[in-house]
Amino acid sequence: MSASASGFRVRIVALVRKEMRQMLRDRSNLLVGFLLPVALILLFGYGLSFDVKNAPVAIVTDQPSLGARELVAGIEGSAYLSARPVATMAQAEDLLGSGKVDAIVRIPVDFARREGQGHAPVQLILNGIDSVTASTLEAYIAGAVSKALAHRMDRGQATGGEAGQVEIVQRIWFNETSNSTWYLVPGLVVLIMTLVGAFLTSLLVAREWERGTLESLFVTPVRPLEIVLAKLVPYVLVGLIDLAMCLVAARLLFDVPIRGSLFAVLLSSTMYLIVSLLLGLFISGTTRNQFAASQVALLTSFMPAMMLSGFVFDLRNVPVGVQIAAQIVPATHFMAVIKTLFLAGTDWAMVMRSVLILGGYALVLTVLTRRTVRKRLD
Amino acid sequence: MNTAHAARFGPSEEGAFVVRAEGLCKRFTGPDGKPFDALGGVSFEVAAGRLTALVGPDGAGKTTLMRLMAGLLHPDGGSLSVLGHDTRREAQAIQNRISYMPQRFGLYEDLSIQENLDLYADLHGVDRAIRAARFARLLEMTDLARFTARPAGQLSGGMKQKLGLACTLVRVPDLLLLDEPSVGVDPLSRRDLWEIIAQMIAEEGLSVVVSTAYMDEAERCDRVHVFNKGEQLAEGTPDELRRRVRGLTYVAPPAKDEPARDLQARLIDAPERVVDAVPSGGEVRFIRRPECALDTLGDLLGASPASARPEELEDAFMLLLREHETRRADEADAARPASGLTMESATHFGAQDPQSVIVVRDLVRTFGDFTAVASTSFDVRRGEIFGLLGPNGAGKTTTFRMLCGLLPASSGHLEVAGVNLRKARAEARKRIGYVAQKFALYANLSVRENLEFFGGAYGLRGRALRARIHAIEAQFELEPAAQSGTLPHGYKQRLAMAAGLIHEPRILFLDEPTSGIDPLARRAFWRTITALSQSGVTIIITTHFMEEAEYCDRIAIQDAGKLLALGTPREVRAKAGDAGRDMNSAFIAIVEQSRREKAEALEQRRAGERAESVA
Repeated sequence: MSASASGFRVRIVALVRKEMRQMLRDRSNLLVGFLLPVALILLFGYGLSFDVKNAPVAIVTDQPSLGARELVAGIEGSAYLSARPVATMAQAEDLLGSGKVDAIVRIPVDFARREGQGHAPVQLILNGIDSVTASTLEAYIAGAVSKALAHRMDRGQATGGEAGQVEIVQRIWFNETSNSTWYLVPGLVVLIMTLVGAFLTSLLVAREWERGTLESLFVTPVRPLEIVLAKLVPYVLVGLIDLAMCLVAARLLFDVPIRGSLFAVLLSSTMYLIVSLLLGLFISGTTRNQFAASQVALLTSFMPAMMLSGFVFDLRNVPVGVQIAAQIVPATHFMAVIKTLFLAGTDWAMVMRSVLILGGYALVLTVLTRRTVRKRLD
Repeated sequence: MNTAHAARFGPSEEGAFVVRAEGLCKRFTGPDGKPFDALGGVSFEVAAGRLTALVGPDGAGKTTLMRLMAGLLHPDGGSLSVLGHDTRREAQAIQNRISYMPQRFGLYEDLSIQENLDLYADLHGVDRAIRAARFARLLEMTDLARFTARPAGQLSGGMKQKLGLACTLVRVPDLLLLDEPSVGVDPLSRRDLWEIIAQMIAEEGLSVVVSTAYMDEAERCDRVHVFNKGEQLAEGTPDELRRRVRGLTYVAPPAKDEPARDLQARLIDAPERVVDAVPSGGEVRFIRRPECALDTLGDLLGASPASARPEELEDAFMLLLREHETRRADEADAARPASGLTMESATHFGAQDPQSVIVVRDLVRTFGDFTAVASTSFDVRRGEIFGLLGPNGAGKTTTFRMLCGLLPASSGHLEVAGVNLRKARAEARKRIGYVAQKFALYANLSVRENLEFFGGAYGLRGRALRARIHAIEAQFELEPAAQSGTLPHGYKQRLAMAAGLIHEPRILFLDEPTSGIDPLARRAFWRTITALSQSGVTIIITTHFMEEAEYCDRIAIQDAGKLLALGTPREVRAKAGDAGRDMNSAFIAIVEQSRREKAEALEQRRAGERAESVA
């Protein structure tokens, strides 16, 4: 028994060493493994943002009044908006149509009079082409307007302050500033783990089939499981280095808080990384063709991780069919956990549940991958 | 003694048989979607401590049999036991005890020689204590000791094959399986490989099963099993097999001024009387059918006096193959020469035109620091068959590509069909036909569609194109509707030739056209080439089968970019002196002599430099 155990150790060490050397000598591996994550971090961190800043808003004042002026000042004072007073509504519509402004605020003729009655409507027209920006803008403008009115009320200039009027104070939890970087960066960890995992490993088994190296390898005492395990090790290391890069970038470049336990982050990330690597190996061993494997890997791991995991779209708002499909994607389970860990804190029950689900995936994929390198050529 | 033997071959192995097959079947799905029997019920035994050969043409089932023995394929019928283990149930037990070298040994190209050896030694669990000595010996035998740090991907074909053998031999296996170890390897590396195998057998008493398509290799074995199309045709010692053709083998010189290949063509065109005929040493060696006495061949031989010659293993092999193919008459396609062509080419162009259609002067091609072709000059005359020979990496392919206008020359003069290739490459290309080593055919197009495409690419159109396609389909006996991808190799080769000849070029370039096709298809191929040359087409051909040089009017031997010999096969053999019994030995002698001279020159120069520095 001990003889076979030491045989296993010698073989696995030899195979891991071989995989390490192959990985380090192939420059394209390092490019995908390290340069691409850096590019993604910079792209998602700086280039991609759903935030609105200094959005131009046309303001049409049909009849000047003190109240109207203060309202304009309120919009002007917002960091997210910049007011552009225009003379006529027609002019404003032109600006909106040509995309030079994102919204129009129209202060009607009877604004001052109705303000006195405590009911003063202000017209807001938004460019709905980009609905995300439009709704963000709506909130900002409403905020700015109500803030201006509140100021006036404080000073007793406005009379609508009847008793019992409720002021709604908006507050966003976890992502207090509603900064999209905060929610993109944890998602980025998922994407990078997926990319490193499925993409790099999708070439490994297929390459051995294409070059005929497996045939020689098969007729040795080596076991199929050893081949699979040896291929995992170097890429788990690459994935963990990428994870470290993500964490450092999140903290230092983007000031994203990491509120959960670092151990929980490591545990769930490693688990997801293994699932992702095994998926790549399984695809590789099934297609036995490097080109097909990389295409399939892209379609079945990276795209779902991007589209279905809750990275971009809130899963509660998608149709039931898509929700079910999303639950099948391993990335979904990791996405929920890593977002919670980054922005909210450690919810151990949630972490353990995801780790168990991912562990199940890893087990199934190990069995399936092992079958793709069972020692048979037919 | 007895216990040691029992331990080595397992308790269930009573006799000394390492392999035992009974009614072994293996079925695959062919490219046309129909199942075919790669092995159709084969029974045989392999004795321990012997060198056993499996011989047969491509598609005989040799590789399938090797993979079955290695436990990599499961039989569809019958049983197979290796070292006393059933291959279906105990594949791992077999794989722990054997060493196997697949046809394409899976070297890790980005690992160095040493790292490849280490990997396989670890996987086989070779004891560290004996490892150093074993590696040293393997590296010395393979002559790779100087390159241990070099990545395997940067080795030549022959060196890769030797490294593959070394990796297979990192330990002493109970059974060694070698699947065509010398395929695609030049004669020098081939000889080296066999020296290593012979040495290992002599020193370690290995049981070896080797598959090969070369008869001189089978000759070295204790026992030979002959396969064709999934059936075992015969087995026995080389002597036993040779006995089958005793008294049937002859050699005849051609008439004066007649090329040997013309006599060979006449003989091989009479398959009902002649089993096989090949040109060799300026004469023609042939085998008559057992039922046809020599005097019935008078009309074929003409005035040439045929004399009996000692039978060889190759003769027995050809007889077995021919008999088997006749039995399977429906599939005898590959064995039949393209007879339409023979008829058409009745008009003989006679002696070659002294006019040169290819003129090469001081041709040089360098890639960076590396000189692939060094100052080469030769002429090719109209209607000639000109052979370009050389070991792997000799510069054949580079020379060839320059002649076809696929690669510009670094310097020198190059004229093809009267056009200077350095100035008017497109013009010259119209006058030549080119058949690449990997036939450039579109697999999912039919034969007709392929021909239409190539005709169109050469500017043929409308009625002219249709007429030409009909003519060439008849000439090469092609079925217009057949799907190109599903054709057998020999058929594909005919189609590739037809595509190369569609625009009626006067010069045809063929790059290693016979690699990977079986001996019968090869005979048919050369029959076509002979007929083409008789109709006035000039043919330039590269090959690594040295015996095929005998079909050529003149040959050039290249090594390390240099032209070592140029002349008729007879002249080249004469140049090699005593070693020039046959083309293979002549080739080896010439290349080795040149390499020796080079080494001596280098040595002298070094000595000179040393003397100078001392002075």
